[in-house]
Amino acid sequence: MIVAERKPIPEILDMVRHAASVAVVGCDTCVAICMAGGTKEVAVLSAALRLAAKREGREQLITEACVERQCEEEFNEPLVDLLATHELVLSMACGVGVQTLAEQYPSAIVYPALNTRFMGRPEELGTWSERCLGCGNCVLHKFGGVCPITRCSKNLLNGPCGGSEDGKCEVDPDLPCAWQLIYDRLAAIGQLERLWEVEPPKDWTTSRDGGPRKVVREDIVP
Amino acid sequence: MKAGSKLEALLGQAVFAVTAELGPPKGPDVSVVDRKIELLRNVCDAINVTDNQTAIVRLSSGATCARLCASGVEPVMQMTARDRNRLAIQADVFGAVSQGVRNLLCLSGDHQTFGNHPQAKNVYDIDSIQMIAMIKDMRDDARTQSGDEIEGEVPMFIGGAANPFGDPFEMRVIRLAKKVAAGVDFIQTQCIYDMPRFREWMRRIVDLGLHEKVHILAGVMPLKSAGMARYVHSSVAGIRIPDAVMKRISGAGRGKSARQEGMRMCAETIQELREIEGVHGVHIMAVEWEEAIEPITEQAGLLPRPDALSTLSDPTLGDEGESDG
Repeated sequence: MIVAERKPIPEILDMVRHAASVAVVGCDTCVAICMAGGTKEVAVLSAALRLAAKREGREQLITEACVERQCEEEFNEPLVDLLATHELVLSMACGVGVQTLAEQYPSAIVYPALNTRFMGRPEELGTWSERCLGCGNCVLHKFGGVCPITRCSKNLLNGPCGGSEDGKCEVDPDLPCAWQLIYDRLAAIGQLERLWEVEPPKDWTTSRDGGPRKVVREDIVP
Repeated sequence: MKAGSKLEALLGQAVFAVTAELGPPKGPDVSVVDRKIELLRNVCDAINVTDNQTAIVRLSSGATCARLCASGVEPVMQMTARDRNRLAIQADVFGAVSQGVRNLLCLSGDHQTFGNHPQAKNVYDIDSIQMIAMIKDMRDDARTQSGDEIEGEVPMFIGGAANPFGDPFEMRVIRLAKKVAAGVDFIQTQCIYDMPRFREWMRRIVDLGLHEKVHILAGVMPLKSAGMARYVHSSVAGIRIPDAVMKRISGAGRGKSARQEGMRMCAETIQELREIEGVHGVHIMAVEWEEAIEPITEQAGLLPRPDALSTLSDPTLGDEGESDG
């Protein structure tokens, strides 16, 4: 899923302070699961904004809303009146949701309340970690199901750098070395021979390096 | 000869080679380079020029190497994949060749979080093994990585790094084998303090016959003080200093006496390394302490250094007939 974090309150206040009315719009899919921008977090942020307005002696209308999936226009259709009656929209969706609202409602001013971080998964309560960089050409079958592009700090495709020590990455002693994980996993599934293969330079055109990406399914396009 | 470098010639003649490291200044002050060149000129066969070492911005490796070439000393240009994509690497290799550089060390590079610009975006378009293969194709097939024809020749003696002390240990042998398969000509290892582990790594290299396909230069770094030893042990990823070494440098006092002991220990390490099958030379990394190279090489019995041309006609010169070939 997409993992996001709420921006610090002072940064959000700087964005919304001037507005007489703010619609805080959450998203109940990925960012709700990672406890950053769902119904509950919309309520918490709205309460904080109201409190700040009161403390600073400002009149500011804060209205709460949440949709099921802000990245799809049909889910945002019920928001039409809300957006039309508020000076500012503070989206608590990921960056995709923020942009969907802005594209769908061109007259609305939509600001982000979250920092979209990565595609990842919850490892334990309160901890999420990255698993996929979206490079557009999956190679997980070659590396025991551990992605070196995402999880090695240097995207190395041919084994660990010299900084791997006791299973940890040189960048951060709390970070597992991806290549230690790959080695252990390939050993466990009896595929250590894969480690001897020289991996050629990656074609990054399917990644962001080919420019902003688009998937077109000719079989579905009307 | 693939590249025609002095280093290639000496290793080809089974001379026990000596390379040393030169760290460029943190700015364009070439007088620093010139001073270091004179410290190293007669005490090694080629000089490694680091490339934004530990991710700290310095005078570029390419420009520093050009200065070395103009001064009549041979550089080994270090090139990291951290700061350059495949276009920049190839362009810089062309540039280096045009300035007379004939040795290249291909590195992935220390992560930028260690350096003075941790906010930087890194590149890592290709890794060090892919870089080795790319340069080999540029040299042997006169083709760029994309397959385009190259105007002119790319005579480069291709180097790679190896860290026998990183984990997982089994990967350390595999990594070397992959570098050999990619076409590496010589290897410079991480600093060796843990001799048993280095011997075990070399034993596995020899078992696979890799020592006959690549020249391995064993890396050493003289310790200046007990404080430096502790710092290296705890803060430099991939280097461990055994208790016995730590104890010896700690017992050597401070200042000059510690530095002298550090140089002595380094010279002894070199003599020990020289006896190990498959070790064809030594790479001395005296970080910001280039003055140490002369006494170390002197004590290790590596001076005077041979001249590459006379060596070609007399294989025993400067080698005392001890090389394991």
